[in-house]
Amino acid sequence: MRLSFVGGLIVISLIIFLTFGTLLAVTFRMEGFSGLARYDWAVIKFTFLQAFISALTSLILAIPISRALVRRNFIGRRILITLLGAPFILPVIVAILGLIAVFGRTGLVSDFLGFFNLKPLPLYGLQGVIIAHVFFNLPLAVRLLLQGWLSIPAERFRLGHALNFSPLNFFKYLEVPMLTRFVPGAFLLIFLICTTSFAVALALGGGPKATTVELSIYQAFRFEFDLSRVAVLALIQFLICGLIAILSFWIALPTYQGSGLDRVIPINFQGRIVDFIFILGSALFLILPLFMIVFRGSHSLFLLPEAIFMAAFRSICVALFASLLTVVMGLFVASLLVYHSKKFEIIGYLPIAASPLVIGVGLFIMSYQWMDPARIALPAAVLINALMCVPFVLRAILPTFIDIEKNYGRLADSLRMSGWTRFRWLLWPRLRRSVGFCMGLAAALSMGDLGVIALFADPNHSTLPLEIYRLMTAYRMNDAYGAALLLLLLSVSLFWIFDRGGRLDANS
Amino acid sequence: MRVFFLTFLSFFISTSMSWSKPILTVYAPDYFTSEWGPGPSIETAFEEICDCDLKYVAGDLLPRLLIERDKIKADVVIGLNTDVTLKARTLDVFIPHGQDVSELTIPIKWTDRIFLPFNWSHTAFIFDNTKVDNPPTSFEELLDLPNDTRIIIQDPRTSISGLAFVLWVKAVFGDNSEKAFFRLAPKVLTVTKGWSESYGMFTEGEADMVLSYTTSPAYHIIAENDKTKSAAIFDEGHYFMAELVGMTKNAKEPELAKKFMNFVLSETFQKMIPTANWSFPANLDSSKLPEGFAGLPLPQKVLFYTEEEVEHYKDIVIQEWLTAFQQ
Repeated sequence: MRLSFVGGLIVISLIIFLTFGTLLAVTFRMEGFSGLARYDWAVIKFTFLQAFISALTSLILAIPISRALVRRNFIGRRILITLLGAPFILPVIVAILGLIAVFGRTGLVSDFLGFFNLKPLPLYGLQGVIIAHVFFNLPLAVRLLLQGWLSIPAERFRLGHALNFSPLNFFKYLEVPMLTRFVPGAFLLIFLICTTSFAVALALGGGPKATTVELSIYQAFRFEFDLSRVAVLALIQFLICGLIAILSFWIALPTYQGSGLDRVIPINFQGRIVDFIFILGSALFLILPLFMIVFRGSHSLFLLPEAIFMAAFRSICVALFASLLTVVMGLFVASLLVYHSKKFEIIGYLPIAASPLVIGVGLFIMSYQWMDPARIALPAAVLINALMCVPFVLRAILPTFIDIEKNYGRLADSLRMSGWTRFRWLLWPRLRRSVGFCMGLAAALSMGDLGVIALFADPNHSTLPLEIYRLMTAYRMNDAYGAALLLLLLSVSLFWIFDRGGRLDANS
Repeated sequence: MRVFFLTFLSFFISTSMSWSKPILTVYAPDYFTSEWGPGPSIETAFEEICDCDLKYVAGDLLPRLLIERDKIKADVVIGLNTDVTLKARTLDVFIPHGQDVSELTIPIKWTDRIFLPFNWSHTAFIFDNTKVDNPPTSFEELLDLPNDTRIIIQDPRTSISGLAFVLWVKAVFGDNSEKAFFRLAPKVLTVTKGWSESYGMFTEGEADMVLSYTTSPAYHIIAENDKTKSAAIFDEGHYFMAELVGMTKNAKEPELAKKFMNFVLSETFQKMIPTANWSFPANLDSSKLPEGFAGLPLPQKVLFYTEEEVEHYKDIVIQEWLTAFQQ
C-alpha cells in the first residue's frame, strides 16, 4: 500500500507540475501586459466561432444520424458503429490529407462540381477547419446520442404507437426530453475539443482569417520567438479551457432516463428513406477520406525516402513509451484514489482542460538554458502525450478497479495480499483488458500526435506526423499520401496489438 | 591475411585521421541543407580546400540564435536574410566579416561590416506566359486585375518572402499601403505559411500568379527546359532581398570561419549559387552567369529598406495586411 500512496502522490504532483507549473513558468516570461492587439481579439473570436460552429454542426447532424441508427436494422450496421470509433485512433494529419483528397481544390467533390461547371470548393480557412472538426467529432456526438436514444425504453415507443402518435408527437414527448438532457453535455465536450485542437488549425487554418489561439502560440514561439506574447496567449488559452471545463462539470452527462424491460422491440417507424439518406451520407463522409488515403498512398508507400522511415521509427518509440508511461501513471492515480483518498480525482482529469502546446512551451522555458531544445523534443512528446491520456485511462480502469476491491478486497486482505502480490494476482488479471485497450488508445494517439513536436523538432528529431506536414508544406503530395498511409497502418496496428494483447487469455 | 591486416590498418588510420580533422560548424536553414538545397555542394567544395570537416546544423536560425545567445555552437551562420538582421545583430554574437564589399555585384550599396551577402534576388509575381496574355506591368495594374484572378501569396508572419512582400507594398504605396491590400485581397486565392507550398500549388496549375522571386523563371528554364514561366516586372520597382552569412564571436575554429568567409566570395562558391540556390550571386560578373540567368528581365528600380526601417514599418504593415485580409 505504501508504494501505491507514494507513487500516486508523485504522479499527482507530476500532473500538477505539468499543468499549472508549466503555466507559471510561462507567465514569468511576461514583460508587462499592455492589453491585446486588435488582431488578438480576432484570433480569440475565431477560436470560439469555429468551435461553436463545429460543435453545432456535429450535433445537428448527429441527431438524425443516431436516430436512424437506432431505428433501422441493416447489413453493416455493426461495422458502421465500430467505424464511428475509428476517428479516436486516427492520426489527425492523416484525416486531414484524406479530407483534402475529398474536399480539396483538386479533390473528388471539386471534380464533381467541375462536371457541372461549378467552382471548386476552397478547403483552407474556416470551412476546412469546420469540416475536419466535424469529421472527428460527429462520430463522437453520434455515439453519445446513441446512448441517449437507447436510454428511452422501447415500451414508451410502443405506448406511443398505441396512442397513435404522429412523428411530431414522438419527437415532442419522447425525443426532445432526452435530447435536452444529452445535447448540452455533448455540445460542451466537442466545443472544448475544438478550442484546443492544434493540428487541424495548423494544416487547414492559419492565414489572416483562420488562426486559433493555439496556433498563435505556435507562431509566436516558432517564428517570432516572442516569449512574452506566448505567455499572454497561453494564459488566454488556459482561461478559455478552464471556463469550458468548469461549465461542463455543471452540465454532466446524465445516463438515466426511464426503465423498461431492456428489450429492443422493432417498431415500424416512418421516414425510412430519410433515415437511410443520413446513414449513407455519414458512412460516405467517414469512409471516403480513409479510402482516398489508401488509394493515393499505396502508389508511393514503398518509394518513400529513408528519412520518413527514420521518423516512423521515432514515432513508434514515442508511442510505446507514452503508452507505457500513461498506464503506469493511471494505475498509480487509480490506486491512490481507491486505497487512500478520493479527493485527488479531479486532478486526474485536469489534463482534459490543459493545452499541450502551453505545457510544451513551459517545459521549453524551464530547460532551454541547459539543454538543446531539439534533444528534449522526443522526451517531451512522450511525457505530454502520456499526460493527456491519463483521463482516458482513469475513465477506463477506475470503475473496474473499484469493483474488484469491493468484491475481492476483503478476501485479499484476509490472505494478506498486498503490494506487488496483490497487483499481480488480484488486479492485473482483471484489469488487463482495459489496460490493453488504454495502451492501444494511448499508442495510437501519441503515434499521430502533431503538437509539441512541431514546436521543437529539427529534421533530425522529427516524427512521422511532422514529416507528413513538412511534405505537405513542400507540396510533395504524393510522398505525403504515402507517408500518411504508413502512419495510418502503424497507428491501427499498434492499437490492435495492444487491445488484442490485453484480451489474450484474459481469463487466467 | 597480411593484406587484410594492412587494409584494416589503413582504414583505421584514415578514419582516425578524419576524426582529427577540425570541424567547422555551420548553422543553416532546413531548405539550405536539404538534398535539393545548395548546402551539400558547398560542403563538398569547401572541404576540398580547407582540410576540415564542414558540419551543418539545420533549423530555424533566428529562434535558435535568440535561445542560445552567447552559447552558440556555430562558427558560421549562413542563410539569414536582410529583413531580419536587426534582432540578430543586437544579440552581439557576430564579429565583422573582414571582406572587401566595395565591388559586390548587388544592386544596392553594401556597407554592413557584420553580415556578408552571398546571393540576392527581388520579390516578384510569377505567371504562366502561355495562359496570361497581358501581364501587369505595374503594381497598380496588378491591383486592377479582375477579381477572379487567382493569386497565391505567403503569410508575412511565417515566411521571409511574405514579409518581403508587405515591405514591398509599403515601399511602393507608402501611406496608402492598407488600401492596396484591400484592393489585392479579393484576388488572393489563398495565403500559405511558406513559399514552397505556394509555389507547388502554382506549378500544379491551381493559380494564375504566385508571389516568388525574379530569379524563379531561371529554375524552370535551366532545370526543366521550360520557358513558360515569367516574372511580371513592375514600373514602381521591386523589393531587394539578400541572404547573408556571418562569423560568430565565440567560434571554436576562428581561422576556418575566416577561410569560409573568403570562400563565400570566391568564384567557386559564387558560380555554384545560380543553379544551386536559384538566385543571383553577390560577387560574380554578369558575363559569367549561366545562360538562363543572363536573359532574365529585371526591374529598373530597386526598393530596399534598411533593418531599422524594417523594424519601424514591419508591425505597422503586417497589421494593415491583417486588417485587409481578415475581411
